[in-house]
Amino acid sequence: MLKSTGIPTVADLAEVLPTEERLAKGPVAIIECFQRIPCNPCATACRQDAIRPFADINDRPQIDWDQCNGCALCVANCPGLAIFVVDMTYSETEALLKLPYELLPLPQPGEVVTALNRAGEPVGKGRVIRVQNPPTFERTAIVHLAVPRELAQEVRNIMVEGETDGTR
Amino acid sequence: MINTQIAVIGGGPAGLRAAVAAAQLGAQVLLLDESDHLGGQLIKQTHKFFGSQQQFAGSRGIAIAKKLEAAARSQENIAILQEATVLGIYEDGVLLAEHKGRVIKVRAQRIIVAVGACERMLAFPNNDLPGVYGAGAVQTLMNVHGVRPGRRVLMVGAGNIGLIVTYQLLQAGVEVAAIVEAAPTIGGYLVHAAKVRRAGVPIYTSHTIKEAHGEEAVEGATIWQLDANRQPVAGTERHFAVDVICLAVGLSPLSDLLWQAGCQMKYVPELGGTVAVRDAHLCTSNPRIYVAGDVAGVEEASSAMVEGQLAGLSAALSLGLGGKEAQEQLAEAKAQLSALRAGPVGEKIRAGLAWVEKGVTADA
Repeated sequence: MLKSTGIPTVADLAEVLPTEERLAKGPVAIIECFQRIPCNPCATACRQDAIRPFADINDRPQIDWDQCNGCALCVANCPGLAIFVVDMTYSETEALLKLPYELLPLPQPGEVVTALNRAGEPVGKGRVIRVQNPPTFERTAIVHLAVPRELAQEVRNIMVEGETDGTR
Repeated sequence: MINTQIAVIGGGPAGLRAAVAAAQLGAQVLLLDESDHLGGQLIKQTHKFFGSQQQFAGSRGIAIAKKLEAAARSQENIAILQEATVLGIYEDGVLLAEHKGRVIKVRAQRIIVAVGACERMLAFPNNDLPGVYGAGAVQTLMNVHGVRPGRRVLMVGAGNIGLIVTYQLLQAGVEVAAIVEAAPTIGGYLVHAAKVRRAGVPIYTSHTIKEAHGEEAVEGATIWQLDANRQPVAGTERHFAVDVICLAVGLSPLSDLLWQAGCQMKYVPELGGTVAVRDAHLCTSNPRIYVAGDVAGVEEASSAMVEGQLAGLSAALSLGLGGKEAQEQLAEAKAQLSALRAGPVGEKIRAGLAWVEKGVTADA
């Protein structure tokens, strides 16, 4: 249970995952925000009017998947690092994830990293395609990661070699 | 003797906002802070803040500290006295402060107390070993001085501070073995919990620390499970080899000055401890003294900023400054506070406020 483990359950995720039909159309944001908290930067950051303005700042974000183009502005702006973009049209064998990432060193394009699930367990490898880190993201980098398609809804974090700086 | 219209004690998010709000209405303000920096705890907060744009949501605490400080320094009618520790507030409105080895006197028509909160300690065997830290100390070491507190940490407390400091430890390259939380559920925001969980940090709810181990310093810790009555269950012990035990078990308002000043006080667990009874404009039972921020009740920094604004506006208005526009700003600040507290995570605060806003003389 999310409230005792920090790991969203299948039932939690069912509330926020887009339909297969929508996923087949291209990149889309998945907002893994399951609790009413006073926070709205995702809605104010969205330029597609896909994340609807909040009536109450404690509202959970509501996204119109038809308006969302997977630009990932919300990914960089979410203070909770709870938004991810999934693109199932990336290739026949791979999906592209856009993950928020705030550890150093940042991975480099072409680097193969360990892909972690929501419990922090290694579930496979991912290939870094691109790293966005412009000043406007205020040091929340977005890592574009190619993963096997079947891992698209499992992988939510990465482990980069050397990130622990030798302390482990 | 320094004469001023409004003295603000504490240069954190609440105090800085209070000073600027009052100064913008034309008040002569003196801001006193005991440290050598402005921003209070914000200077340790490397994570992005929640809330709305009015409270700089999406900006990191360190960046917010700079913005608030710049706003205060740009006001010519705010005088800032750093390394000034206020020692007492007296009946005639005079406050005494220690400033670089000398005692100074300040006479103020209004005083806004925004001194924040202090960390709580937890009792367990060997909690006096070096390596047992408060979460604030860990943040100061890492985020202010760039010093790692150790190699492997056991975090005690899964409120927002425990979760956020865990994340900051990971960012600093320090391993976090586990987070233990006595309550059956995670107290902090679940997005913070999910963030550290997917970085591989297990969270043990219904668990507490049994004891620390070590000769000269912390070498390990044992945790155990708590039953439904919060009693430890023998046989459930787990051991972790750690050199740091970080306590993030809550904050208590620093109410000493308010007690000393003779304000009507009340113990309100929902607000973190003993707080001053006050009205909706943050005026205490002493009409000269206002409160804002964690000293008024432990809450998020976003609320502290709005409270600061509210107290600054109220204090200035009570001196006859400001007009219709100031009244509108006041109403807007109150609306922002209500909105921030409207959800389920504000429930505790709302319950606590119901106790202290009942009327300042009800049970004096």
